[in-house]
Amino acid sequence: MLVLIGVLLVVVGFALRLNPLVVVTVAGIATGLLGGLSPGKILNEFGNGFAGSRSVTLFIVVLPVIGLVERFGLQEQSRRLIGKLTFLTTGRLLASYQVIRQVTAAVGLMSIGGHAQTVRPLIYPMAEGAAERRYGRKLPEAVQERIKGHSAGVDNVGVFFGEDVFIAVGSILLITGFVDSTYGLKLDALHVALWAIPTAVCALLIHGGRMLYFDRQLDRLMAVDGPPPALKKKEADR
Amino acid sequence: MIKVEWFYWLCGLLFLFGAVLTLRDRSNSKRYGSAAFWGLLGASFGYSTFVVNKTAPAWVLGLVVIAMTVLVGTGQLGRGTEVSTSLAEKAAAAQRFGNKLFVPPLVIPLGALIFAVGLAKIKAGDQPLLEKGSETLIGLGVSAVAAAMVGVIMLRPPSVLTPLKEGHRLLEVIGWAAVLPQMLATLGRLFTDAGVGTAVGKVTTHVLPEGSLFGSVVVYCLGMALFTVIMGNAFAAFPIMTAAIGYPVLVQTFDGNPATVFAIGMLAGFCGTLTTPMAANFNLVPAALLDMKSRYGAIKAQLPTALPLLVCNIFLMYFLAFGVL
Repeated sequence: MLVLIGVLLVVVGFALRLNPLVVVTVAGIATGLLGGLSPGKILNEFGNGFAGSRSVTLFIVVLPVIGLVERFGLQEQSRRLIGKLTFLTTGRLLASYQVIRQVTAAVGLMSIGGHAQTVRPLIYPMAEGAAERRYGRKLPEAVQERIKGHSAGVDNVGVFFGEDVFIAVGSILLITGFVDSTYGLKLDALHVALWAIPTAVCALLIHGGRMLYFDRQLDRLMAVDGPPPALKKKEADR
Repeated sequence: MIKVEWFYWLCGLLFLFGAVLTLRDRSNSKRYGSAAFWGLLGASFGYSTFVVNKTAPAWVLGLVVIAMTVLVGTGQLGRGTEVSTSLAEKAAAAQRFGNKLFVPPLVIPLGALIFAVGLAKIKAGDQPLLEKGSETLIGLGVSAVAAAMVGVIMLRPPSVLTPLKEGHRLLEVIGWAAVLPQMLATLGRLFTDAGVGTAVGKVTTHVLPEGSLFGSVVVYCLGMALFTVIMGNAFAAFPIMTAAIGYPVLVQTFDGNPATVFAIGMLAGFCGTLTTPMAANFNLVPAALLDMKSRYGAIKAQLPTALPLLVCNIFLMYFLAFGVL
């Protein structure tokens, strides 16, 4: 039970907003020592853990092309394009992206989107551009921050609750692999994937609904922030 | 056979190139520490190949990883302030190239599609063309390189190295968060080795309400979510919660349909993933990538979805897995 102190260290460290990298490293070392591992073994674990998990960092190979195109004004072009698609409000855009992300993930196309590939260069500037068009002015930082949060969140929700409908995805294979080898069951991956559909539908309704409602929240946030400049001008004319 | 290791080496080279750029970047007041950080990271990506193949000792890499943390912890990682092009130049370029700008980034999903649908099944000689189990990663790597080439040909940047420089600029925005997901994977291993999982499993079986089906479903789903919050990964939570409750109680005692119980149990874990900074690649890296003021901006946006969705999972499991309906 003493090893749970490691978990506590992480919780406290994150709550105090210390640097997460430092918190995680210290918690790892502490947990290893409390669990009776030798310092040599702990160092080995750091090495093996790092080497074995490089796949989560592979997304950085897309940064050169994204950086290049941003240099030539990709984010600005995303805003210009959204300026023409007037039926797409911020909320509708985010909800549509969720649908696309969820459906493509459900047929196994997980790397079609992602925070580096689509959210930063396309979805976020479009979501912000749609709001700027609607209110006719720059957005205050707090509102930008909300739009950033939702742009990142919609990608996660879409891919998490889409991918499990695809039979060859890691989590399905983990379920069947673990259960079959541990309990001698013969689970069909297709059945597991099918039973992920009800939750996928719930995720679509809950999060999609929230995205559509986000338009109204934006209206309210922007009203508090003051009327659009067009209105202010009219008042000044009077 | 195309191997995923090639692309890890490519990542390593990108980091090393970034280290050289950083060393020469006088606008970065912490350029020596920063260059050391990116250089160590680049070297680790290559060295890791030998660790995975067990031809080099892992503890050396462990020391390097901890050294990177020390650099970050002592505040020696910074970023340059030079900008590539001004906003006006960007607007002018957008005017000039228009929707053509979408072509290079769209090469990535297109490539992913081609790899997933076509190339994954092709064989070269008697071996598969793509390394087994890494088809998606290889597809991403190849598409990213192809996209960069298309970008250079279409946009004619000042130098062929421009994409690498711009890529490093984005990497500097991500900063230390780039290493965090791998460090968390390591923490997960240490937690498992030290017996954190079994300890949490014991705690949850203590709170299990004897004989109540609904209560057991609640404990399994909540346990999956909470455990995932702690470990940052539903994959780590699944074997432990399933061994503690999922199989012995829900499947054996209450005769639940295993496919339903396990599928929904895993998704209950995913609700936890949406709410935890431990899932850094989903929650903290994008906050860095989008330059958010709050590190927890993505989590705040996701929390109001994660909680009702967890409740949905509990009811879905209760009604669908046990013939209650």
